[in-house]
Amino acid sequence: MTEIPKEEMLLKCPSTCAGCGSLLALRYILKAAGKDTVLVIPACCNSVIQGVYPYMLHTVPVYNIAFAAAAACASGMSEAFRAVGKTTNVIVYAGDGGTADIGIQALSGALERGEDFLYICYDNEAYGNTGMQRSGATPLGAITTTTPNGKTVNKKDLDRIIEAHNLPYQATACASYPADIYNKVKKALSIPGPKFIHILAPCPPGWRTPSEKTVEIGKMAVKSGIWVLWEKEYDKFTISAPSRAAMKKPAPVIDYLKAQGRFRKVDEATAARIQAQVDKNLKKVAAEAAYSEENA
Amino acid sequence: MSEKLMMSTGNKAVAAAVKMAKPTVVAAYPITPQTEVIETIADYVGSGAMDARYIPVESEHSAMTACIGASITGVRVFTATSSHGLLYMHEMLHWAAGARLPIVMGQVNRTLAPGWNIWAEHSDALSQRDTGWLQVYVSTVQEAYDATLMAFKIAEDNRVLLPVMINMDGFLLSHIMQPFEMTEPGDFIPPLNLPQKIDVNDPKGYGAMSPADIHFTFRYDMEKAMKNARTVIAETEAEFAKRFGRSYAPVEEYLCDDADVVIVAMGTLGKEAEVAADLLRKEGIKAGVMRVRWLRPFPLDMKVEGKELVVIDRDYSFGFGGVIAGEIQARYPGAKIARVIAGLGGQEVTYEDMAELVRTRKIGTEFWFGIPKEEQ
Repeated sequence: MTEIPKEEMLLKCPSTCAGCGSLLALRYILKAAGKDTVLVIPACCNSVIQGVYPYMLHTVPVYNIAFAAAAACASGMSEAFRAVGKTTNVIVYAGDGGTADIGIQALSGALERGEDFLYICYDNEAYGNTGMQRSGATPLGAITTTTPNGKTVNKKDLDRIIEAHNLPYQATACASYPADIYNKVKKALSIPGPKFIHILAPCPPGWRTPSEKTVEIGKMAVKSGIWVLWEKEYDKFTISAPSRAAMKKPAPVIDYLKAQGRFRKVDEATAARIQAQVDKNLKKVAAEAAYSEENA
Repeated sequence: MSEKLMMSTGNKAVAAAVKMAKPTVVAAYPITPQTEVIETIADYVGSGAMDARYIPVESEHSAMTACIGASITGVRVFTATSSHGLLYMHEMLHWAAGARLPIVMGQVNRTLAPGWNIWAEHSDALSQRDTGWLQVYVSTVQEAYDATLMAFKIAEDNRVLLPVMINMDGFLLSHIMQPFEMTEPGDFIPPLNLPQKIDVNDPKGYGAMSPADIHFTFRYDMEKAMKNARTVIAETEAEFAKRFGRSYAPVEEYLCDDADVVIVAMGTLGKEAEVAADLLRKEGIKAGVMRVRWLRPFPLDMKVEGKELVVIDRDYSFGFGGVIAGEIQARYPGAKIARVIAGLGGQEVTYEDMAELVRTRKIGTEFWFGIPKEEQ
């Protein structure tokens, strides 16, 4: 069992939409990180969620920065802290647009340089803050305000791009699994150098799901295998427990798609294409875990 | 020769001043003709001559952002850039000033493409004049060194807390060797005490959403800081002169007291203009020079009354005119100005050319140097 501290690091009354997955995840991220932490937040839902000056939501310092700039800001901050002997955690909390699209250059640069900070992307698979436009992380078939008939191309495989930087720690997570998030953040922060965690964050208004179903939708993503929880510590690749269990007999992806209004225009052919991609990816992930175990 | 007297390029003089100022973090990206500044600093850091973190970022946008991230922790930071690099930073220039961070930047003035052109022009920095940065333009290697030292003191003064850009002409100054005195600043630059620095024991939010009434006061505070900067610049330049024997003013005047006509220019053109004034005086024309050093905050006490001004703009605001001529006319409505556009793309402008521009001046007109008169 994971012992999660009772003390809340977020104050009450955030200005989130009801059932926000990103805030649920952040609650456990900050419990894992503790007080000696600075959050860096580029333009994203969490720029708004934190409230209006002079009020704030977090009990750690928060530095807001421009859309493309989170990883570079964290680089400078981390270098400055280390230069004066401080071990303060620097954590970026950025959306998928700020990570996979406009912020990817600064992120790639920071990861390549080996900067000592944790970058967490909460992925609600669109530009949520501006009212749900498609991002590079929007999945095939999803309706957004700029893909009114459903997205016709695949979600960018951000994790493989990040993996190409050979980080000391990289993981995926999902807002529906708080203990998994807590443990992964703890582990990430115990390792020096650049760390990356990619969290699937269900978004009720964007995904067209009831706000009380956030946890359930996230679990459906994991159980269907469309979202796989894993971690990679240096070369050791491990599938996390919820996905290990799910992969024994994955639920049909169609159930996950049908539970969300954003996929309402997905036809049979597209659904079959998505299922085939999931099947293929699960084989790839299983093979990678097996290879990692054999070569440990 | 004094032990401290060195031969150096403008770039290396800026790097030497940065070493003296002892920043904790330097984040930078290469671009011609600035690269020598950051190469020299990287070498200082690599050899242990400078105790700083050098962050070799992947872009100028990230260079300025990394400076912002480092600066808000309360440490001294520096970066350098030029031309397209400065433009790529544009968003973060506003951020740095809006966040009231005393970042110092060496800026080598270079033409903007297309077509590619690496020679001197002021359009790069002048297109950033509304970002909230202080801007100073220098004309010699010594001045580049001195202005860089003073920039840290001015930016970090708690009455200012705005970033400072030191501008020098590409190649004409960045790559020209001149002797200069590498003065040890001693305690001239006091330790940085950033009042809003991040403290995990006193957690604060920075840059969150701000409603109109509050946002308005933030911007008014920036203008108050710019106004304070006039005083701080004067104090700093006076202290520098007292300590080290070299004096500077926001507008450097040359033979202006009795002048009938004054050449107004920035950077190396403003220095070269002094030779033109000497030449004109030999012909009986009472000429002088006003070399504008501090463009932001803009000088409010130029003695333009009773004189004709030949303002040479090494820049252009399309659909309007030369930036410096326009700013002088706006601040001094009665000024009699002949507006000259010259030196764009590194066009050569000699002191003889400037003397001829004075002799043939037409107040109230704009003249593009090098374009035949009949075509204008």
